Amino acid sequence: MPLFGKTKADVDASEKKTLGRGVFRKCDECNVTLRAEDFTSNHEVCPECGHHYRLSGEAWVELLLDPGSFTETDTGILSKDPLSFVDSKRYPDRLVASRKKTGLEDAMIVGEGTLLGRPIQLGTFLFRFMGGSMGSVVGEKITRLFERGYEKKQPVVLLSASGGARMQEGALSLMQMAKTVGALRKLREEANMPFVSVLLNPTTGGVAASFALLGDINIAEPRALIGFAGARVIENTIRQKLPEGFQRAEFLMEHGMVDVIAERQRMRATIARFLSHLLD
Amino acid sequence: MAHLEFEKPLVELEERIRELKVYGVRDAGLDGELERLVTQIESLQREVYDQLTVWQKVQLSRHPDRPYFMEYVDRIFDDVIELHGDRAFADDAAIVAGFARLDGDTVAIIGHQKGRTTKEKVRRNFGMAHPEGYRKAMRVMKLAARFGRPILTFIDTPGAYPGVGAEERGQSEAIGASLACMAGLGVPVIACVIGEGGSGGALALGVANTVLMLEFATYSVITPEGCASILWRDGALAPRAAEQLKLLASDALRLGIVDGVVEEPRGGAHRDPDEAATRLREALVRALGDLKGQSPQELIDGRYAKFRAMGVTAGG
Ligand SMILES: [Zn+2]
Repeated sequence: MPLFGKTKADVDASEKKTLGRGVFRKCDECNVTLRAEDFTSNHEVCPECGHHYRLSGEAWVELLLDPGSFTETDTGILSKDPLSFVDSKRYPDRLVASRKKTGLEDAMIVGEGTLLGRPIQLGTFLFRFMGGSMGSVVGEKITRLFERGYEKKQPVVLLSASGGARMQEGALSLMQMAKTVGALRKLREEANMPFVSVLLNPTTGGVAASFALLGDINIAEPRALIGFAGARVIENTIRQKLPEGFQRAEFLMEHGMVDVIAERQRMRATIARFLSHLLD
Repeated sequence: MAHLEFEKPLVELEERIRELKVYGVRDAGLDGELERLVTQIESLQREVYDQLTVWQKVQLSRHPDRPYFMEYVDRIFDDVIELHGDRAFADDAAIVAGFARLDGDTVAIIGHQKGRTTKEKVRRNFGMAHPEGYRKAMRVMKLAARFGRPILTFIDTPGAYPGVGAEERGQSEAIGASLACMAGLGVPVIACVIGEGGSGGALALGVANTVLMLEFATYSVITPEGCASILWRDGALAPRAAEQLKLLASDALRLGIVDGVVEEPRGGAHRDPDEAATRLREALVRALGDLKGQSPQELIDGRYAKFRAMGVTAGG
């Protein structure tokens, strides 16, 4: 359903400048050029080829929840620098720069709202903040999300988009895996509430290897990269090229790791149907 | 015996002392020489072992002669019987699980096992488990919990195996499920990092009421090599990454990640495996004793509260 023809597909240098200003936008997958607003109004899915570009955490909240129903919780939690970590930058400087660039406190929003009228606890990674990496703040917020679901006896929906644990907080980041999964266990075993895990692109490393694949229902976005080890690490270990489609949502579906692959426009309805089957 | 670069001068001196003791003592004139060497080695030991760099300690945690899980098992437990397989796909030799007696009482023991010989290293995949390894561990943990047996885990892995089969069979799910499984065990669980505590593959056996660490073990979110290649695109900068990662036992204790550090014989556990095992045994017995009398729910709640408190944040 292209609203603008394919005539702009081959743009020259001068037109690229126009693209840069945001009036037009080219799809990297199918090369079609459309008005930028055709992508945004379609929730960052290419209207031509259906490629799913990353949707911000804030936009996800808006897409999934009933209008105006979301209340963000657990704000004002900030990372410290327990390791005095320095790479090309000091970690505190990196945090300040990331906060300034993104306007975010860290890589996670949690809160409560209603999905087709049903109260739920919702969390979403903010990938643009340090690649959605999970350190103490992200771990704490996810733990509180599961705990609130447990206390209020409400289902939890968590959208993952993360490169994994945050290196700059070392083993403390690693421990967030145990901490969050402990809270998830309480939600499931002690409150008997469902956890719907939505796997976005990418969900890897310590986030994949903790709560993300433990959904009572695992829903992935088409083509999302989901896996434990990075492709480069695997290739270096086995000294072979990996097959096309390795660790993509469809690969996980084939290997029995996800229940359904849902296109973005169907995500809200898909989650709602599962919750209705389990809870109504 | 294999030696690290910084161990070599010490090992050479030790050999000379040994030779003198065997052949020289009869020759009265060499007594002075022996005394001189003993003094020399003591000061050299202080110089080397008391000033190890972070990277040298990382090397000790991976020392080719460092005692592995089964070598501690032989020295610590009686009546050891191994359980095999995950009942779904395979028996992963990178993780060994079974039952054993400690002072007459049955405990479940589960640990990563690296290989000693080349053949065994390959068979055990250098202690890097596949999903079926974690699934076997979970099976044994649940069995132990059903019959009220305490669980002791021994962590020594560079990490969970990064391979095609591992991904196909759900490495992520297996590690996550193991974390959840351990969180819900209604029996005392004690974990000890005895060598390399490599990332999620290590933590998958690490959700315990009491977490111990040997003095020269490491516990890290990523290998120093992996960290260096991400940060500086150069794995050779691993020593620098190791310093940043704060992965030593002393760091883990300070950060609240482990409850206690078990001191190793001077220069590392491989210098005196019997003594290292004796100290580890004492620490395990003490930790088990401290958990005695707790109800299953208290053990679950205590474990939850312990990990719940991990992390460093401001505000909120
Ligand atoms: Zn397209």
